[in-house]
Amino acid sequence: MLELRGATYRYAGYARPAIHDVDLALADGEIVGIVGANEAGKSTICLVASGLAPASIGGGLTGTLTIDGEPMAGRPVHDLAARVAIGFQDPATQRSGITGTVFEEVALGPMNLGLPATETIARARAALELLRIGDLAGRDPARLSGGQAQLVAIASLLAMRPRHVVLDEPTAQLDPEGTRLVADALRALASAGTVLLVAEQKTDLLDTLCARVVVVADGRLVADGPTGEVLGDERLEGWGVEPPSRVRLARALAARGLDPSVVEGAT
Amino acid sequence: MEAPIGLLETDDATLVARLVPPTPSPYHRLNPTTKAVIATVASLGAFVIGGYVGPLAIIGVVLACAAVAGVLRRLVRVSALFTLPIAISVILVSVFTRAGTTVLFTIGPFDATLEGVDFAAQTLVRLFAISTAISLFGMTTDPRAFVLDLERRGLSPRFAFVAAATVEAVPAMVARAGTIQAAQRSRGLDTEGGLLARARGFLPLIVPVVLSSLTEVEERSLALEVRAFGRPGKRDLLWCPGDRGWERAVRWGLALLLLVAIVGRVAGIVGATV
Repeated sequence: MLELRGATYRYAGYARPAIHDVDLALADGEIVGIVGANEAGKSTICLVASGLAPASIGGGLTGTLTIDGEPMAGRPVHDLAARVAIGFQDPATQRSGITGTVFEEVALGPMNLGLPATETIARARAALELLRIGDLAGRDPARLSGGQAQLVAIASLLAMRPRHVVLDEPTAQLDPEGTRLVADALRALASAGTVLLVAEQKTDLLDTLCARVVVVADGRLVADGPTGEVLGDERLEGWGVEPPSRVRLARALAARGLDPSVVEGAT
Repeated sequence: MEAPIGLLETDDATLVARLVPPTPSPYHRLNPTTKAVIATVASLGAFVIGGYVGPLAIIGVVLACAAVAGVLRRLVRVSALFTLPIAISVILVSVFTRAGTTVLFTIGPFDATLEGVDFAAQTLVRLFAISTAISLFGMTTDPRAFVLDLERRGLSPRFAFVAAATVEAVPAMVARAGTIQAAQRSRGLDTEGGLLARARGFLPLIVPVVLSSLTEVEERSLALEVRAFGRPGKRDLLWCPGDRGWERAVRWGLALLLLVAIVGRVAGIVGATV
């Protein structure tokens, strides 16, 4: 379980907090989506939920982050890394720059955890297979397409087998097939009990992936509830979030006097 | 290569074997630390011994090693390129400013002396020896193999990261500069033409290159931290370059040779006279 309670975070050098009084609890096996306009505070929540803010990037946090009931304040980043993994939007900056092949790149995390080489290899192999990118194992990680690099970055996190995963727009550079692969992998993780927090602009993805969605506006959580309810909320566009296509289709049908219930899951 | 291969399933052993960079010649197959010791001893040796015979002998040995490695032509070209800018300043400074009794010719207030030419020639031979030794190491050693070997010998993975990231940073910055240059050109920036036009185009190019590189370093260090890079303790490496008993003997032998050269030079037995 991962829980933020009363979290207010201010970046170093800034007077104004980027997020205010955020309460967010994620149960084991739960996939929670975060949506919001640009600069609303989604990435900041991801950084705080992973412990990197303030442990690694500085700044000031009031409120608490607890993981499996243990407060994370003051813990070293490598200790946090064993508990919660975070993936960023740009795959280029998630590459370590010190490995020659995709396999080594994916194996880097487990190796850093001090696992025996046999276990490291097994985890790297499994992570690559989960995302169906085993054929990239021998490739130079610096010479991949954006989508391939993002899948490798996600595989690198999954190979560490964290109990909690935070992903900041993980499919931003992926095509529909890549997006589907990532969604399948995340579902598989959740079914094994992993806690997932996913910030995304693609509401269609969250609509099929998450049981619960929260909306961030001006650094505050303004909605938190079941996915269908939140993504069908009339205020969503006012918060700068485009509703998923099924909601838009149902509304378009209703506006023309047609029955919106023909759209599966329409609210 | 040393790896846990003996402990692995056949599939995994094959996979790990594929991670090892290619070693196309017997010289490439030497342990990276052995090659680093050769480069260090050759460079310091050329500097300490001085004169002509010692550094020329070192150049001969290095070129022979380069021939074995199959990089002779490239090595000579690269070493000459590295040496050339320094060579020009050394020649200008030494030939015309070094005091001597035999004046070869005079340009304005400057006398070119035979002693100056001799000093410049000795310096160039040393520089070329150092340049070939270091270039041979660079051409025959995969940086990752070197840092993994150092890590196996007890060096911190953090140092490994700094060393490898530095090597990797150069091509990454060149690629980013190319992208930014193309973007700036598409918005009308003139980066071609005369010296003045190129100088004017330099600033709008270098500022975003430096700033984006700094941002990338910050994001990359975050990405590494979340992969437990800062965790203390030893890592069980997937592979690292092998080391052999005779290589260890060669390394100690070379270190001893260098020590003898230093002592000989201090005692005046080995000198810069020939």
